[in-house]
Amino acid sequence: MPKFPEHIAIEKVHPEAVLDWHENFGDRTLIVESKQVVEVAKILRDQFGYKMLVDLTAVDYLPRRPRFEVVYHYLNLQTNTRIRIKTQLEETSAHLPTLSDIYPIADWYEREVWDLFGIKFDGHPNLKRIMLYEGFEGHPLRKDYPKTKRQPLLGPQN
Amino acid sequence: MSTVSTSEITAALPPDEPEFQHQEMMLNIGPSHPAMHGIIHIKAKLEGELVIESEVDIGYLHRAFEKSCEEATWNQAIIYTDRLNYVSAAINNIGYCMAVEKLLGVTLPPRGQYIRTLMSEISRIGDHLTCVGASAMELGGFTPFLYMIKGREYCWELIENYCGGRVTTMASRVGGMPHDLPEGFLDQCLWVVKEIREILRECHVLLTKNRIFVERMKGVGAMSGERAIEWGWTGPCLRSCGVGYDVRKDFPYLVYNELDWEVPVGTNGDNLDRYLVRMEEMEQSCRIIEQCVAKMPGGPINCDNKRVMLPAKKDTYENIEGLMNHFKLIMYGHGIRVPQGEVYFPVEGANGELGFYIVSHPDEHSKDGRNDRAWRVRCRPPCMNPVAGLPEIINNYMIADIVPTFGSVNMIGGELDR
Amino acid sequence: MSNHANGHHLDMTRSLSGSVVTTRFDKLLGWARKYSLFQYPFVTACCGMEYMATAASHYDLDRFGAALPRFSPRQADVLWVVGTISHKIAPVLKTIYDQMAEPKWVVSFGACASCGGPYDNYATVQGIDTIIPVDIYIAGCPPRPEAVLDGLLKLQELIQNQKHEWR
Ligand code: SF4
Repeated sequence: MPKFPEHIAIEKVHPEAVLDWHENFGDRTLIVESKQVVEVAKILRDQFGYKMLVDLTAVDYLPRRPRFEVVYHYLNLQTNTRIRIKTQLEETSAHLPTLSDIYPIADWYEREVWDLFGIKFDGHPNLKRIMLYEGFEGHPLRKDYPKTKRQPLLGPQN
Repeated sequence: MSTVSTSEITAALPPDEPEFQHQEMMLNIGPSHPAMHGIIHIKAKLEGELVIESEVDIGYLHRAFEKSCEEATWNQAIIYTDRLNYVSAAINNIGYCMAVEKLLGVTLPPRGQYIRTLMSEISRIGDHLTCVGASAMELGGFTPFLYMIKGREYCWELIENYCGGRVTTMASRVGGMPHDLPEGFLDQCLWVVKEIREILRECHVLLTKNRIFVERMKGVGAMSGERAIEWGWTGPCLRSCGVGYDVRKDFPYLVYNELDWEVPVGTNGDNLDRYLVRMEEMEQSCRIIEQCVAKMPGGPINCDNKRVMLPAKKDTYENIEGLMNHFKLIMYGHGIRVPQGEVYFPVEGANGELGFYIVSHPDEHSKDGRNDRAWRVRCRPPCMNPVAGLPEIINNYMIADIVPTFGSVNMIGGELDR
Repeated sequence: MSNHANGHHLDMTRSLSGSVVTTRFDKLLGWARKYSLFQYPFVTACCGMEYMATAASHYDLDRFGAALPRFSPRQADVLWVVGTISHKIAPVLKTIYDQMAEPKWVVSFGACASCGGPYDNYATVQGIDTIIPVDIYIAGCPPRPEAVLDGLLKLQELIQNQKHEWR
């Protein structure tokens, strides 16, 4: 499969950054080195006009290794093209550089990923829980968190 | 008018008057507050009546949509999508089903697609009516609220006629639609469109020409197009800033590109523009409904893939193949088998781009690499972006301006917190 | 003498019949209270849409003397808990209930408030009766407006027949 133009441009600057790419189901996807997500985001925004970070989320692939995948969806409003950037993380080193300096919305998306998956974002200005409350232990969207394990603030325990 | 700073007021005082005491004050608005429909918490730092800093706190309605979907089969998860944006549930159902269909590689025959378009637009009208009506009520216009809820009631009666539910509709299945249109439905659609147009006309008179309303809305909560894109705004909020992005036009799905309609775009990105964009979108939805009614093709409504869609009730009851087919799709451990992979599929929800990112990945229930449930369902909530950007449009305005600004971003708790 | 007294008594009831109703004070108070319910809608989720529909002109909650939402718990008699209660919002609900003045009633509106509804998971309270006492449960997800009206009538019946603290 031919490389996407975005892929070639990234390789020019960071030859090792792109690990893999595919276009399954028509969604163009690049899998990049976790240290390079910020650089990649800047290239996509400045050279290709991907001005909107549509979505940022994570997936837990327990027991596969590397365990986590963080997924970014970008959108170019001029040409109506989309691209998905993925990066893989080991459980032991589950942290990424933050995108919140480039996209203000990444602030909340990253807080959500931290809250539900426990992936840290280095340099994030305000990394605290967003969906759950202080005092909640664990990260519920991880596959090893049981769905019905409740940690109530009031009332009976479970 | 709303951006007078206290320093200007102080400067305007005669010099011998004692100076104003400047004192900052923290004000908590919410989580249970009439203006915060739904539950959300705004911490505002005030100087006099001016908001100088604010922080939005969400998550009070987090009810584990994504975790629940991981434990339900593909069709069972539809009930959770109902409860995302509960004002326009049908759009959520359809968006989710289309994402799964993208993984499966099935498409609906034309009649099914037209029915989906029709249901989406009816829900969209209901959603916009609720949003505009509620924000009018918060500014003291109780009459438009009652009129608009009346209009929404008509939309919901239509939806109820189709699928039996008013709010939580389940109006779609993976690979098809639950029912064909009931008798007389299309005529009823036309009647509802006529009524909605009348309501819109009345509300234009009551609101658009109402000086109090316009002055509370105009120039308040303004956002620039550039900044809105950085915040990831979509839907009416983005279009009011002058960026004409609409998933229905730019990434056409269903039959939207066969129909003739327009995308309304604002200029200033303030509350008034958001209101006007919504009003005009309802008119466009009415046009879409009329065209769907006129063009409604005949034929089947479901895809003919027997591994995806339940057989007709007649087959289930009358022959063994149909019965087995039914059981194969219903029984625990069987069901629809979706190939491994991941997709992102966006539709235009009432608040903007509603995207589903679905991962199908083998787990203990899988057979031959095909899965009967999702590994991960992520919903991209369209109203999260405007709510995240809320501090930018309430800071430096009066505290009373929070009410119309917050009303016009149309926060929906189920979708925001999931 | 006694005859005379009896005759007088009979006369009085005869002359006042039609303009006097005898009852017990509790009943009278219940009758008065049930038709002036000031409600605090604690609206969190989807059920709120049906609450809104019930309150608006199509179904018109006003007919039953329960029209006026009061967004201050101090001024409210009935707490409508409308929608899903998550563990994060539960302390807020409890505070609001505690702030309400006696007499007070609680209506649990919809499946979520009554038992957690479709959400049996880490985030959701499995029924608000684990936190505050509930008088009326309305079933449905969401309940249709007719069911809400029925629930309201049941609440009024309950208020009519209960013992009232008034001293
Ligand atoms: S009972 Fe159903 S409609 Fe009501 S809040 Fe719960 S999920 Fe929503």
